[in-house]
Amino acid sequence: MHTLMSNNATLADRQEAIVEEFSAFDDWMGRYEYLIELGKSLPPLDEKYKTEENKIHGCQSQVWVHARYEDGRVFFDADSDALITKGLAALLVRVLSGLTPHEIATAELSFINRIGLREHLSPTRKNGLNGMILQMKRFALEHSQAVKN
Amino acid sequence: MYTSAQQVVTPGFDLEQVRADFPALHQQVYGRPLVYLDNAASAQKPRAVIERLATFYSREYANIHRGVHYLSQEATSAYEATRETVAAFINAASTREIVFTRGTTESINLVAATYGRRNVGQGDEIIISAMEHHSNIVPWQLLCEEKGARLRVVPISDEGEIDLEAYERLFTDRTKVVALVHVSNTLGTINPIDQMIELAHEHGVPVLVDGAQAVSHLPVDVQALGCDFYCFSGHKLFGPTGIGVLYGREELLDAMPPYQGGGDMIETVTFEKTTFNRLPHKFEAGTPNIAAGIGLKTAIDYVTGLGLDNIATYEHDLLRYATDRLLEIDGLRIVGTAKEKTGAISFLLDGTHPYDVGTILDQYGVAVRTGHHCTQPLMDRYGIPGTIRASFAFYNTPEDVEALVSAVRKAGAMLA
Repeated sequence: MHTLMSNNATLADRQEAIVEEFSAFDDWMGRYEYLIELGKSLPPLDEKYKTEENKIHGCQSQVWVHARYEDGRVFFDADSDALITKGLAALLVRVLSGLTPHEIATAELSFINRIGLREHLSPTRKNGLNGMILQMKRFALEHSQAVKN
Repeated sequence: MYTSAQQVVTPGFDLEQVRADFPALHQQVYGRPLVYLDNAASAQKPRAVIERLATFYSREYANIHRGVHYLSQEATSAYEATRETVAAFINAASTREIVFTRGTTESINLVAATYGRRNVGQGDEIIISAMEHHSNIVPWQLLCEEKGARLRVVPISDEGEIDLEAYERLFTDRTKVVALVHVSNTLGTINPIDQMIELAHEHGVPVLVDGAQAVSHLPVDVQALGCDFYCFSGHKLFGPTGIGVLYGREELLDAMPPYQGGGDMIETVTFEKTTFNRLPHKFEAGTPNIAAGIGLKTAIDYVTGLGLDNIATYEHDLLRYATDRLLEIDGLRIVGTAKEKTGAISFLLDGTHPYDVGTILDQYGVAVRTGHHCTQPLMDRYGIPGTIRASFAFYNTPEDVEALVSAVRKAGAMLA
C-alpha cells in the first residue's frame, strides 16, 4: 500500500508520504491496524545482528536496531518481538534509512505528531520509540564525525 | 462454568453504592468508559479517604509528636488512632508492634537492614520463593552480598504453587530468615503461609511475609498466622500512597537496632551518646507522611465497613467468572492456575506480545498491566517475557469482565 521511496527521496518527502497514508484512517483502530501491518511487513533482522549493542533499553519488548555506513549514507534495519513496536521501527527505517549522517543527526521527526497516534507515541510509553531514535542518531553522529575527520 | 454475568454472586454490600463512592471509576479514557483492572498495582480511593486528606490539610494540619499546642495534639491523636486501627485490622497484640513506613518495600528493607544485618552472617542462608516481587528479593540479595550469605529459592509448580516438600528440604542449620509472599502479584496464588511459618519455626527460623497483595482481599490475623514480620502498603488498600506498615513481634523489634536515625526515634541526644525511643517510634525517624497515615485509617474503616469476608466471597466469584470467560478465548493461556487464588489473572494470547495486547486494551479503556510485574525471576521460570495482568478489587463488576474479554478478543483479531 505504501510507495517505495528511493534513497534520493528527501526526509520531508518521506514524512509527507507517511502522514498521507495515515490520514486515510478515521480512527485509532485503523491507524493501529496499519501500523501493525507495517510492522509485519518489516523483514526480520538477521539473528547475528540481535546483539546487546544493537538492543534498545527501556522497552517492554525486545527491540534491535542495526546500522551500517556505506558510501556516505547510513542504512538501518530493525526488529522487535512486539508488533506495534515493529511498526514504529518500520516507520523510522522508512524515514531515516539511506540518508546522510548529517541529515539523520539533525532530523526533526514531525511525522510522529502528525499521524494521529500522538498519545501512543509519547516518551513515557515504553515502546522504544525514543530509544530507537536516539540509537539511530547516535550512530549517525559517530559517522558524521568520522566523515569530518 | 459461568455463562452469564447474572450467575456471579451478589455481593454482601451494595455494589452500585460502593462504585459511586469511588470518583475515579467514573471517567472516560479516549472517549470510552474506564475499566480499571490494575488494582494489583494500586487501588482507587473512596471519597471518604480523599475528603479526609483535604479536611486534614484544611483544618487539622500540624506536625505530630511532642507538640504542646492544640492542632499538634489533634494531629497526633489522629495519626496514633490509625496505629490502633491497623493493629486491630491485622490483630496485632499491641500498637508497639505497628511501625509506619513508606510502604511494603521500605518495610522489607527495614527488616533486612536491621534484623538481617544483625543476625545473618557469612555462610548463612535466606530462603525466599521463586514467585517473589523484587522488593522481597533485592533487599535480601544486598544483605547476602554484604555478609557473604546466600539466597535459597523455593521452587514452584507450573500451576504456580509452592513446592512444600522442596521448601522443607531447603532448611539447614545455616538458615536465618525466611521471606515469603502471601499472595502473588503476578500469579494471584495464595500461599499456605501458615504451614510454611510453622515449618520455619520448627527450625527456629523467623518469617517475614510480604502481604502487599493480601490485605485488600482476605482477612489477615498475624497472631493466628504466627508470622514474625508482616508488611503491606496503604495505597493498595484504597489508602493514600506513601504510607505502609511493618508489623513485627515486639520481642524481635525490641532487639533490632534502629533503621534511620533522626528526630522522633530518639529519647535523649548528646554528642557522647544517644538513647533511642521505645517501640514503635524507635523505627520512625523524622516527620512521617502524616496525612497519608490518617487517610489510611479512613481506608481501613471503609474496608472493614464492607467486611473482608463479604469482599473475599464476591471477589472469589468474580475471579472465577473472569477466568471462565477468558478461557473461552481461542489461544488464551492463563499463567498461574493455583487452586487458591485472589486478585490477579495473568494471561498470554498465542502469537502476540503482551505489550501489543495491553496497548490495544488501553485504547478500549481497559486498564491492565503488562510486562514482568517486578517478578523477573518468575518470568524466567516460565520462559516468558511478561504477561498481561488483569487485577480486581471489590468495586469491579461482571460488566468490567465483559469489557475485558471483548477487548482481548478485538486485540487478538488485530494482531493475528
